[in-house]
Amino acid sequence: MPLQLILAGILAALCSGLPSLVLPKSSAWGQRLSVLMMLASGAMGLLGAGIALFAPPFPDLGFPWPQAGNSLLGLDPLSAFFLFPVFLIGALGSVYGLGYWPIPRHRENGASLQLFWGFLVAGLGLLLVARHGMAFLLGWEIMALSAFFLVALQDRQAESRKASLVYLMATHVATLALFGLLVLWRASTGSFLLNPVGGDVLGLAAMNAIFVLALLVFGLKAGMMPLHFWLPMAHASAPSQVSAILSGVVLKMGIYGLLRFLSLIPSPPTSWGAIILALGALSGVLGVAFAIAQHDLKRLLAYHSVENIGIILMGLGLAMLGRSLERPDWVVLGLGACLLHVWNHSLFKSLLFFGAGSVVHATGSRQIEEQGGLAKAMPWTSLFFLIGAIAICGLPPLNGFVSEFLVYMGLFRSLGFEGARGSAAVIAAPALALIGALALACFVKVQGTVFLGLPRTARAGRATESPPSMLAPMALLAALCALIGLAPALVSRALDPVIALWAPEGAFRRPDLASLVPLGAIGTMSRFLLAAALATVLGSALLRRVRRGVGTWDCGYARPTARMQYTASSFAASIVDMFAFALRPRVRGPLIFGHFPGPTGMHGEVDDAILDRGIIPAMRGVGHWSDWLKRFQRGLIQHYMLYILIAVLALLCTLIPFGEILAFLSSR
Amino acid sequence: MIDTVVHLLLLLLLPPLLLGVINKTKALFAGRVGAPFLQSYYDLWKLFRKGMVFSSATTWIFRAGPLVTFAAVLMAGLLVPLGPFDAPVAFAGDLILFAYLFGLARFFTTAAALDTGSAFEGMGAAREVTFSCLSEPALFFGFLVLAKQYGSLSLTGMLHGPAGGMPASVVAPIVLVAIGLFIVMLAETCRIPVDDPNTHLELTMIHEVMVLDHSGPLLGTVLYSASIRLFVLGSVLLHLVAPFQFGDPLLDWLAFVAELLALSVAIGVIESIMARLRMRRVPYLLTGALLLCGSGFILLVR
Repeated sequence: MPLQLILAGILAALCSGLPSLVLPKSSAWGQRLSVLMMLASGAMGLLGAGIALFAPPFPDLGFPWPQAGNSLLGLDPLSAFFLFPVFLIGALGSVYGLGYWPIPRHRENGASLQLFWGFLVAGLGLLLVARHGMAFLLGWEIMALSAFFLVALQDRQAESRKASLVYLMATHVATLALFGLLVLWRASTGSFLLNPVGGDVLGLAAMNAIFVLALLVFGLKAGMMPLHFWLPMAHASAPSQVSAILSGVVLKMGIYGLLRFLSLIPSPPTSWGAIILALGALSGVLGVAFAIAQHDLKRLLAYHSVENIGIILMGLGLAMLGRSLERPDWVVLGLGACLLHVWNHSLFKSLLFFGAGSVVHATGSRQIEEQGGLAKAMPWTSLFFLIGAIAICGLPPLNGFVSEFLVYMGLFRSLGFEGARGSAAVIAAPALALIGALALACFVKVQGTVFLGLPRTARAGRATESPPSMLAPMALLAALCALIGLAPALVSRALDPVIALWAPEGAFRRPDLASLVPLGAIGTMSRFLLAAALATVLGSALLRRVRRGVGTWDCGYARPTARMQYTASSFAASIVDMFAFALRPRVRGPLIFGHFPGPTGMHGEVDDAILDRGIIPAMRGVGHWSDWLKRFQRGLIQHYMLYILIAVLALLCTLIPFGEILAFLSSR
Repeated sequence: MIDTVVHLLLLLLLPPLLLGVINKTKALFAGRVGAPFLQSYYDLWKLFRKGMVFSSATTWIFRAGPLVTFAAVLMAGLLVPLGPFDAPVAFAGDLILFAYLFGLARFFTTAAALDTGSAFEGMGAAREVTFSCLSEPALFFGFLVLAKQYGSLSLTGMLHGPAGGMPASVVAPIVLVAIGLFIVMLAETCRIPVDDPNTHLELTMIHEVMVLDHSGPLLGTVLYSASIRLFVLGSVLLHLVAPFQFGDPLLDWLAFVAELLALSVAIGVIESIMARLRMRRVPYLLTGALLLCGSGFILLVR
């Protein structure tokens, strides 16, 4: 029953673009009908996922197709867990689009946005319920290609074209590797079915090859650090609700794929967990370091996705280590952290991208330095963005804190492990503390520069609040962030079935999450903190002797202007300096000479280390060295005839019986 | 029960006295009589009766900054065991909440500073978040040493240590961590050599410059929270440098207060004999703290 519900949801999403496509572009009704279909799809999908997560197991849906092994689609708690964000963000993002990208005002691409949005959600749903390699690949490609069309939506802008091409290449490298992975899976297990294999079916070489390929495919999709290069550009140039679903949901399919394939392989080597943990810590620290150096609001948020994928991978790495070293408590805490952060990140990152979209909608610019003082004109957007910012920094009392708490607890647990291996894992705890401190710096910068202070440009001064269709999805996401933060004991019920599926009870007893982490105590403290903060803030409103409407004191400076505010770049400068070894900032100016220097400016930019300093120069080199091939391509038909003749002669040469000739010669 | 009440009373009432002791010590070093010990209380009383001025640039964040900071710091105070007594609230992993409460306080303090649109306050906020990137990992390395040594994940368990006192083998790591955490405490409470609470040059300040525009009761809350922060971090440190207990509640409480006042005197002495470091040197100091705590951890790995 739940699988049928989810399939109905997928079907509704698949068709949701049709009304927008068919009805005239001048009326808003096409889009409204599409949104209604997406809402219906979301309701069915969430209901189905909810039943699947909490109800006892049920058989896979059989298709009368023996070649496919009869079970093409299926549903288990792991799929159901990842289906929640798909249908939630799918529905909320389309509602958001009503205000952000209305078809009557975006006639050239509004309808295609609706169409590919529906395809994307359907592809994601199919990917998650696939139980057969081919269905998995089909879902994967529908997802990847519709995401490409969504990124390339504004193809009149060069930036958007470049971003979508880089994305297309990256995603097809991933698809190619996925082909390899599935073929290898078929060759070593004898079937395309994604079922767990026994202990000695796979040799160590095949296991390691599957792991490396899986890390490549799913690491590229998830935006793990050295493979993240496509992500900042694609997420920055897409429309904001597309950025939200790309960052909040599509990246998570990389995590889902890793979790799915790793769950199929028994007794993984210790090195896998260590590699994932190390890559997670690297992505976390460098992701946030790159984020803080950005000037573009959405690019900054995109780098934060790299950071959060890092935190998710840290949890996964710990769980893998626990499986290898037979430490069930590490498995439960690590996997719980990984899964909960998947949910949390999809909630607060979508919230932040929606908020960023509101800012772009109001001021027409993604540049952080061109905003300022928006909190007065846009109080609700500012409040919701603040909630998202506190959540993504992992601060109490919101949801980010709960999942980071689980990561810390898992890492601290490994302290009890004798020997250097446990101690090596725990080094990730100070790394996580560093990530937290850097994320805080980054979001203080964003909140302070965009929403607080005074407007830096005239455009920012004329900003108005977004329509309710954009605010309502943000309000719901903010409420969910607060709910998980204030009542974390609720989510442990959703996590336990997935953990039970991923790490079935074998040789060792598996504790449940609630017995390892004092979720109740965290919830109580969070509620108490919120109550105390609200009480003091509301209580201070009773103070009567207040004088308003004066300028900022600013140490007595008489005529402060908005241009004298501390800029976001200056705010981040000292941290960028600290990480200059990795970020390599390019700084122009300021040019100051003489006793009376003229006006000058200063501009700093941080390129992506992999794309701008690695891949593009390397590809340019490949292009350069491939130039000599051009001399064979003269465009003269005579030359080509010659090539054909040479090829035919070369082929004929294979008919010469060299062996016999040699034998004949040697016998003489 | 009585211990909890005493804990709360000390947490709420004692902190301003520590500032008084520090200032008195500094005055004695300078050959002055100095302000009375209770001057901080008089200051707070005066500030809480005054009115407030809000710049037209500010929003509710400006008002929330000091108040959320106050709530967060107070809650952190509930998690720390004072002397040999258990903390009112203790659960496995409360050390993470402890560290992140300071993070929440920092978020709101710095956001409130940026809310004024003043360049000075922006500078202070930037410095605050930069230096915390070094002090937070140092704090966690310190906690790791304690958690590894004493096998507990709650502050109460890991600060009290085993019943029979500290084994001789852990003295070296504990000494390293104590020095590291002392530096972290000076940085977090904005004392010399990281920051100078008495300076008059806004360009070189960290904490004081962030609260330039706060006035009246809000400024009072800021000062009060700063003193509570000193109290809380000081009592964490005291477990490492003075883990004495007498077994008698009254004596133990008196000894705790005496130790805390002695720590304030030590801070006062440092402030009198040292100058504030140049701003560029502060990261080196904090990296030093990080390395000390990290070395303490490496000593424990076998």
